[in-house]
Amino acid sequence: MISLDIFGIQNSALLVIVALLTGVALVALAMWIAGLISPRSFNPQKGEAYECGIPTRGNSMTRFSVGYYLFAILFLMFDVETVFLFPWAVKVRELGTDGIISIAVFFSILVLGLVYAWRKGALEWK
Amino acid sequence: MFDFSIVTSWIDNLLKGWMPSWAATTVECVLIGVGLLLAYALLALFYIYFERKVCAAFQCRLGPNRVGPWGVLQSFADMFKILIKELITLNHIDKFLFALAPYLVIIASMMSFAVLPWGKGLQIIDFNIGIFFLIAVSSIGVLGILLAGWSSNNKFTLIGALRSGAQMVSYELSIGLSVLTMVAFAGTMSVTGIVEAQKEGWFIFTGHIPALIAFVIYLIAGTAETNRGPFDLPEAESELTAGYHTEYSGIHFGFFYLAEYLNLFIVSGVASLLFFGGWMPLHISGWEGFNMVMDWIPSVVWFIGKAIVISFIIIWFKWTFPRLRIDQLLALEWKYLLPINLVNLVLMVIVIIYGLHF
Repeated sequence: MISLDIFGIQNSALLVIVALLTGVALVALAMWIAGLISPRSFNPQKGEAYECGIPTRGNSMTRFSVGYYLFAILFLMFDVETVFLFPWAVKVRELGTDGIISIAVFFSILVLGLVYAWRKGALEWK
Repeated sequence: MFDFSIVTSWIDNLLKGWMPSWAATTVECVLIGVGLLLAYALLALFYIYFERKVCAAFQCRLGPNRVGPWGVLQSFADMFKILIKELITLNHIDKFLFALAPYLVIIASMMSFAVLPWGKGLQIIDFNIGIFFLIAVSSIGVLGILLAGWSSNNKFTLIGALRSGAQMVSYELSIGLSVLTMVAFAGTMSVTGIVEAQKEGWFIFTGHIPALIAFVIYLIAGTAETNRGPFDLPEAESELTAGYHTEYSGIHFGFFYLAEYLNLFIVSGVASLLFFGGWMPLHISGWEGFNMVMDWIPSVVWFIGKAIVISFIIIWFKWTFPRLRIDQLLALEWKYLLPINLVNLVLMVIVIIYGLHF
């Protein structure tokens, strides 16, 4: 594989770090500038949660609907299986019919999982 | 067609002549960083202006037209205004996670931004697993949104963040599977490789029916992934004030706003990479004169132009369809898009291996 990285830098990991640091620098720089030029004033009411005007009751970091967990678990299952499909997808031309037969087993398990979740009612929002 | 690697290798040789190789690499890294930062900021500002103008046109208004000619300086003014707004420190928040969330959102979009094929020889990060890396890093953004909602200690933000999390992880599956379909067709995961494979014709033309289906699914899933209407329930303003970023103020809120527009650009950029040939110009075999005219247009203009046209379609969605309910949203993904996508992948494999034409 020919690498066409910019400036002939062959080390892609270095460029990933550069992109990461650029993101950090953008946030840090803007926060610093905002800290310098933005006004400050103190008022006890400002620290309250933006909800409805009367004091908030209780903590908001509490339990929430279990339905979100269910979809997160389903996502995890399918996403990991998609990751396994990627290497096969790159080589699908060379593998030919043999590749199809061997991936069909894996693929049918994936579809069975979806059918099972569907029949169990996991895809209904309750 | 102008090859940008001529410019970069000229700079490289110039720097290597002046200073030791490690210092030259450092200077180049700084140059890349500054270039990324500038492109990021300018594109975000352009997109904010573009969305407001398009939205105004759909509603028979003029849109911003006072600051500069046709209001082009409006988003610069907005950015300056958002910088001079107070950053409010709240009482009952988780301060560390609250400060961390914008970093994660910006880092996710900046890293996927750097993988896009900007033009001939203007590819910043070129992995052999480029498109896979792009999917991987862009999903860090969900984490930032969930943290923002959770750490704000507010019921609106919590509901907004959870909805956003459920929506983004669900539609990521569809994005992953449509990308998988096109990766199978291209036979490579490298971004440059995918662009090179479209030299003879864009995948939307050469990929038969499966590529078309994959494109439509990608467009729907991409709209959901950027939390835009009709999938904008994480920040449904009529029910949740502003969703997961209700408690953020000033530039802190600005980061989420910036990342949202940049994600729109990244989604359209990936669509143009996978289906419309990245920076490859439009060629029609046999029309020599036409092809030559198309080759004169610089590759950067091709890439950004395609991305803007696709963004226009996504913005069009927002002003056409009403917002979905959460159960409709999840049913659309899990009961329609995912099964269609799986069948589509099988169709694509049949097209590739047995050479069938639809």
